Amino acid sequence: MNGQDDAPVVALTQAAKHFGPVRALDGVSLQVAPGDCLGLVGHNGAGKSTLVNLINGTFGPSSGTVDFPSGAGGVRSVFQELSLCPNLTVAENLRVSHPGLKGIGWRRAARAEIGATLDAIFPGHGIDPDAEIDRLSIAERQMVEIAIGFAPRGGRARLVILDEPTSSLDEGIARQLLAHVRGFCAAGGAVIFISHMLGEVFAVASRIVVLKDGRVVADRPAAEFTRAGLLDAMGHVATEAVAQQAARTVPGEVVIRTPEGLEARRGEVVGLSGLAGHGQAAALARLYLAQTSSWRAGRGARAVFVAGDRGRDGVLPLWSILRNVSISVLRRDARRGLVDRAAERRIAGDWRGRIGIRTEDVTNPILSLSGGNQQKVLFARALASDAPVVVMDDPMRGVDVGTKQDVYALIRAEAARGRTFLWYSTETEEVCQCDRVFVFRNGRISAELTGDGITEERILEASFEMQEAS
Amino acid sequence: MPQRYRILLPVVSLAVLLALTFWMQPRAMSYFGLNLLFNLAVPIALATVAQMMIIMVNDIDLSLGAFVSLVACVTATWLNDAPLAGLLILAALVLSYAALGAVIHVLDLPAIVVTLGMSFVWGGLALFILPTPGGAAPGWLRSLMTVKPPLIPMAVLAAILIAAITHLMIVRSGLGTVLRGLGGNARSVARAGWNVTALKALAYGLAGLFGVLAGMALVGLTTSADANIALRYTLLSIAGVILGGGEFIGGKVSPVGAVIGALTLTLAASFLSFLRLSPDWQIGAQGAILILVLTARLLFSRRGAAA
Repeated sequence: MNGQDDAPVVALTQAAKHFGPVRALDGVSLQVAPGDCLGLVGHNGAGKSTLVNLINGTFGPSSGTVDFPSGAGGVRSVFQELSLCPNLTVAENLRVSHPGLKGIGWRRAARAEIGATLDAIFPGHGIDPDAEIDRLSIAERQMVEIAIGFAPRGGRARLVILDEPTSSLDEGIARQLLAHVRGFCAAGGAVIFISHMLGEVFAVASRIVVLKDGRVVADRPAAEFTRAGLLDAMGHVATEAVAQQAARTVPGEVVIRTPEGLEARRGEVVGLSGLAGHGQAAALARLYLAQTSSWRAGRGARAVFVAGDRGRDGVLPLWSILRNVSISVLRRDARRGLVDRAAERRIAGDWRGRIGIRTEDVTNPILSLSGGNQQKVLFARALASDAPVVVMDDPMRGVDVGTKQDVYALIRAEAARGRTFLWYSTETEEVCQCDRVFVFRNGRISAELTGDGITEERILEASFEMQEAS
Repeated sequence: MPQRYRILLPVVSLAVLLALTFWMQPRAMSYFGLNLLFNLAVPIALATVAQMMIIMVNDIDLSLGAFVSLVACVTATWLNDAPLAGLLILAALVLSYAALGAVIHVLDLPAIVVTLGMSFVWGGLALFILPTPGGAAPGWLRSLMTVKPPLIPMAVLAAILIAAITHLMIVRSGLGTVLRGLGGNARSVARAGWNVTALKALAYGLAGLFGVLAGMALVGLTTSADANIALRYTLLSIAGVILGGGEFIGGKVSPVGAVIGALTLTLAASFLSFLRLSPDWQIGAQGAILILVLTARLLFSRRGAAA
């Protein structure tokens, strides 16, 4: 709050939004002034996305007001789920959100503008403005989306809402973004920063607002919060090292061994780490496909997959929660080739309780759930099966802290029962939960860490080593 | 890069087919021969571009053949007898296409069902206007379609013109880019502040415009019309878009490819005649060519994805 300009960019007064009987947002008053970097935290379903949608005008409030004292221009949103046009190039995507680019030569102007913005935020990004989006990695897409949010676009960005901006970025690039956000706010811009990574929120936010069940439960300068205090405010008891305390299982015989050196034993949680896009996802996909050849798959597959990119290879969007859970066990529980509906319902109900899926009725459509809860459904789907190997492709993307702790405990318990987990994650904190970690660099395994050897420093060292040397 | 690959395969398919045709029938390698080979490709190319506008926004138009037939009937009767009224009718048809696009979007209807229903409406109107085959092409249209430009045959010149104009409209222009974006991710376009209903109406309106041009070009060539004259255009146009490197969803279309696809389909028919294949087998053989090209494309794109 530098106080250069007293008029807030946006002011919400008792803003509420109801979807039928669901009170997504229950009377929120909030002001964001120029120079503010507002950290917005809360667990899944606390109303963060609804608040964002009220501010960017996707829908109006059911009651209360949303005011822009100095005009609604220059309010930008960068969404959690990627919202670029995959068939267009980077520069063309800028054109979609910048109608001012007109006439002959608009392409050159677009290329220059997006290139300059990318250079400013992510120096050394290596993204070609003429590349089509669907040729870019998920991290690069997110970088492009962020750059479009900050691009001048014929005016100046005054308020940029970043919803989980770093969920697909590795640490180095996330740090570049955080530095840019700090600079942007110092220059009089305003940012609403939504993240489940509390470390990042503390690193950039000047003020933190905690949402819980559609209400603001805390709104104080960031300096007045501690990590534990923040978790408390969000409604979770701080249990930072709970999984580390859980007894590590004694690993059994080797169940997976790949030519590239990946090895996993029975009852082991194996992490795949390294910078995003260094071959971990490809290694996982190869391994999973090798385990589940469609010719050999009998009644029970050897491996199940938990998708991180929910929209692409996770949810079945037209189906109910129940069916999304039960699809992995349909064949096991079938009777004479027909679906056993009672068993299906029992399994879905059981997992709803065990993993805490927030819904009154499992026959609701899956898309009625928030992103984090959809992810829980995908976990339930995988864990409900009998497969001894669970392959997880960055499954915690956009999942709140409390859920994460629940899932860690669940994974531990399942591992103790003899299941093997292969876990690719972009978050070091998660990788540190594993028994054994393979660090990838340039598509190859550069280090294998076990037990106490798994530390953030060692992982970073193995991720960067050669790049520094060359 | 992939955009360039996408156009490569249609070009190669056309070149191979053209080479085979010339090899079978060297006399086709002349001004007159080329014009004859590609004459009927002009209306098909226009219809394919019309279909492309719809596929571009993730819909599909099953009424295009009936619509082109209706336009042909209007052209052979009203436009010939009372040009002003004829033009008004054609303009109304374009507008009704735009309205259709808006309705499909606003009511969130499946385009495949709406256009299937509309095909009967267009077909009925066509029969109403021209119950028996007949009518006459307006003289100016006739002379336009049979013009003999120096060096390049009319059919080839027209194809190049259509490809160039639609490429500018859809690929190069800003608004065309937004329209393609609509097919890629409608939500992101809406979030950027565009009126999606208007954009959909624009895409459908463009489809209607090119559908009208296709019908007029067809009458200019055949000199008379019939209510069922262009029914097969529905499937031909869809095949042409796909053959030209377009995809059913995701806004991945190529206007130049679509025109080339239409030329390839027309040429395939002539080629099969040169082979002295019985007409009974020709449709099946055309399908086989289509499957062959699509398989090749799949292999290319797989390799591209692996690289």
